[in-house]
Amino acid sequence: MRNRRFILSSAAALASGVMLAARRSQAASLATSTTTTPPLSADERALHALNRLGYGPRPADATAIAAQGADAWLERFLTEQLEPRRLPQPEALAARLAGMDVLRLGQAELLGRYREAIKATREAKREQSRGMTPGADALNAVREQVRPLVADAATARLARALQSPAQLEEVLTEFWFNHFNVYAGKGPVGVLVADYEQRAIRPHVLGRFRDMLGATARHPAMLTYLDNAQSVVAGYQPPQRARRFLAERPALKARVPAGLNENYARELMELHTLGVDGGYTQRDVTELARMLTGWGLDSRKALIGGTGDLFAFDPRKHDNGAKTWLGLSISGAGPAEGERALDVLAAHPATARHLAHKFAQAFVADEPPPGLVQKLAYNFRATGGDLREFTRTLIRADEFWQRDAYQAKFKTPYQYLLSSLRALDLPLAEPRKLLAALAQAGQPLYGAQTPDGYKSTAAAWRNPEALTQRVQLATTLGQASGISPERLSVTLGASLSDLTRRTLADEPAGQQVALLLASPDFMKR
Amino acid sequence: MLRRQLLHFGAFTLGGLPVSLVHAQNGGQKKLVVVMLRGAVDGLSVVAPYGEREYAASRPQIALPPPGTDDGLLKLDALFGLHPALSPLKRHWDGGQLAFVHASGSPDPTRSHFDAQDYFESGTPGRKSTPDGWMNRLLTALPGEPSPTRAISQGQTPPRIFAGTASVASLGLGPGAMQRRAIDNPQMQAGLAKLYANDAQLSGTLRDATEGRGEMARSMAAGEPRSMDPSADAGAPSARSFAADARRLGTLIRKDPYTQLAFTSVGGWDTHVNQGAARGQLANRLASLGEGLDALSAGLGDTFKDTVIVVASEFGRTLRQNGNGGTDHGRGNVIWLLGGPVAGGQMLGEWPGLDASALADGRDLAVRTDFRQVLAPLLQRHLGLSETALATVFPESPQTWRYANRLLRA
Repeated sequence: MRNRRFILSSAAALASGVMLAARRSQAASLATSTTTTPPLSADERALHALNRLGYGPRPADATAIAAQGADAWLERFLTEQLEPRRLPQPEALAARLAGMDVLRLGQAELLGRYREAIKATREAKREQSRGMTPGADALNAVREQVRPLVADAATARLARALQSPAQLEEVLTEFWFNHFNVYAGKGPVGVLVADYEQRAIRPHVLGRFRDMLGATARHPAMLTYLDNAQSVVAGYQPPQRARRFLAERPALKARVPAGLNENYARELMELHTLGVDGGYTQRDVTELARMLTGWGLDSRKALIGGTGDLFAFDPRKHDNGAKTWLGLSISGAGPAEGERALDVLAAHPATARHLAHKFAQAFVADEPPPGLVQKLAYNFRATGGDLREFTRTLIRADEFWQRDAYQAKFKTPYQYLLSSLRALDLPLAEPRKLLAALAQAGQPLYGAQTPDGYKSTAAAWRNPEALTQRVQLATTLGQASGISPERLSVTLGASLSDLTRRTLADEPAGQQVALLLASPDFMKR
Repeated sequence: MLRRQLLHFGAFTLGGLPVSLVHAQNGGQKKLVVVMLRGAVDGLSVVAPYGEREYAASRPQIALPPPGTDDGLLKLDALFGLHPALSPLKRHWDGGQLAFVHASGSPDPTRSHFDAQDYFESGTPGRKSTPDGWMNRLLTALPGEPSPTRAISQGQTPPRIFAGTASVASLGLGPGAMQRRAIDNPQMQAGLAKLYANDAQLSGTLRDATEGRGEMARSMAAGEPRSMDPSADAGAPSARSFAADARRLGTLIRKDPYTQLAFTSVGGWDTHVNQGAARGQLANRLASLGEGLDALSAGLGDTFKDTVIVVASEFGRTLRQNGNGGTDHGRGNVIWLLGGPVAGGQMLGEWPGLDASALADGRDLAVRTDFRQVLAPLLQRHLGLSETALATVFPESPQTWRYANRLLRA
């Protein structure tokens, strides 16, 4: 009870702190440059918050801002967004998610389904090649048992991003998932990707970085995607009971891991924590890979109809020899070596700098203000990687509310799609078509092949082909929505420039909605 | 006929005159196509040094069998063999239009995919602050008239290699890449142009989109008024495939006399697990790549004789297979050179060998040739860049390559 009151009052303090920051930056810009950079108006601040801490305004948001006044609305919005658990989920969204197996089943069940379907389809194809007529169920097992799970995972993400009132949580989920990217196209990762997001990412986006790091390190999606499940001590021999079984199956035997795989160890330092300039060497990569040997999947659970989580540490696969890593002497300590590595990496100053830069780049500007990056990095270290404080530091920063930051980010295809659907008040009627549009735009959901995920900068997305596709999407969705240009203009409110408003007035009515969505104001956020 | 075509494709014009009709045909333009293999392809499997004892010894499960055996390498010379999955390209080697530069790559020792790709594309290894890509600087430095389709980037997103101030047309992927879109509607274009008037970057992007698409549509339509997409009538599958995309790119280059530079990339080479040997994961990917490069050559048709295709990857992979029948990140790789002007049928560059003492960091094929040493002579002798112009494309370029004179036909 006391706890709850504390949270409430600290959230309120935060909100007033934010308002202070916003006004302070207003005062500061007034003092320094009265002519060139007028401070953001209250309406602009409200839209800025919706665009950066969410996927943009819906018509209902414009109505609420008008009814409550922009300052009051913003204060409440910011308070609520940092306490997402208190925001009720709309019934339609809850109902949609409740019907999805991919969110309900445990890891072992999901992997089991995947393996059974793969096996059934493989055997059916083998029968077919021998001239037999296998059952359609078996032949189509992958298509009918596996692909819907993967499609549901993506639909769930889109539905939440579109309809959840906890918009900041959605935006942070996108950011942190992307930071710890896994690729749904690699083997069983596709059926595990929803569990990964739900269990390893979402609970921690306003929690501790170290917890998220540990959760991703142990999740079967990551263990599979970056191959750590297969990285073993050099000269590893499978257990006695498996040897005879394998002796009769040379194809399987050839796949038994026999030594190190550096993939995860490298990306763990390069992408997840220290950053590529974090000061580690090739030797550090190899040594870290040795420390992480044995972190894998419980093979029995994964093979036979098991239940629950799949992570297991296998001491037989672990290299328990002494290591030297980042200048530290590590003596053999089983799974504690990996835990220690994660502790060291999470607390490392290079990690704080790396995350601070990436966060500020995603939420403020492609070239983030150095002062903000320092502030975030300092906060990250001072709080031991508390991501609620990290996010709060961003939202309280003057740099976040300055005019330089306003409408300064070019939307990614994902952000462009979601903000269009929200502004047009469209339901998620045909997710498959929307997912296909994202893929065509170069940002398939859960489909970033490489562990660095997608970039958040304009240079990565602004090109003629992207523009062609956005204009197409704007036209198609505009027509589908049947919304009037006047209503859309009201929703986009202060984010529309005078030039856009004036230009639009002279354009044919049938083209105005598409032009609004293709305007520079809506391409950016 | 010409007039009818103009009318037929009037919908694609911006109101301005089509560039390809304004300029006279000046055949024989030299062309450069760069195909980047993102993810670090295993060069020791692409062109395998079967003559080195350490090759098979370091790769018990994934070394390719020597030439002349079942599933064996396609013999290139006494030391090297081509991956059997690349058999569609063997005729180009035999015909003297395919060469390889082994043990090549970047002087920067990073084993990060992302940094190494960045360095390859910026053309400035070790320097991350370079704002533009070397192919964009090349486009600016090329002698001759600019045109909206002088450079074509194939893919959905803008590659670093084309980042910069010069205009680059973009060609999407898949069979719908050349379909008519909302942005091709002149009324829409006019509205967008007004909206973007105060936004220099978006108006530039819009101009590149409309001019590039107009020009590409006209080129593709020339002579084949009923078929917008040549891959559709070439028996290509409707699903997206590298071969169909590559053929489309080749055709476009053939039909647009002003296209001189093109870039495309193919991912999925990061084979840390079970990469296989003559069959398997890597073999399947290579087969599709080989088929694609062959389709690109076919699409290029008679312009193949004026085109050099460079295939490169950010770095190579470990000599020794790892614990999972795969390979981890390494250093030296192989650069492929394909096309009429290439003095093919030969291995170029210094080969350091695979002895322990010759390996980089005791584990990887060493880099003996800087990728810029291979590209520089192409830029100068093939595309006609002056020494000064070359210096703008590759500042701080390494010294002239000993094999520079042997790269192209006289």
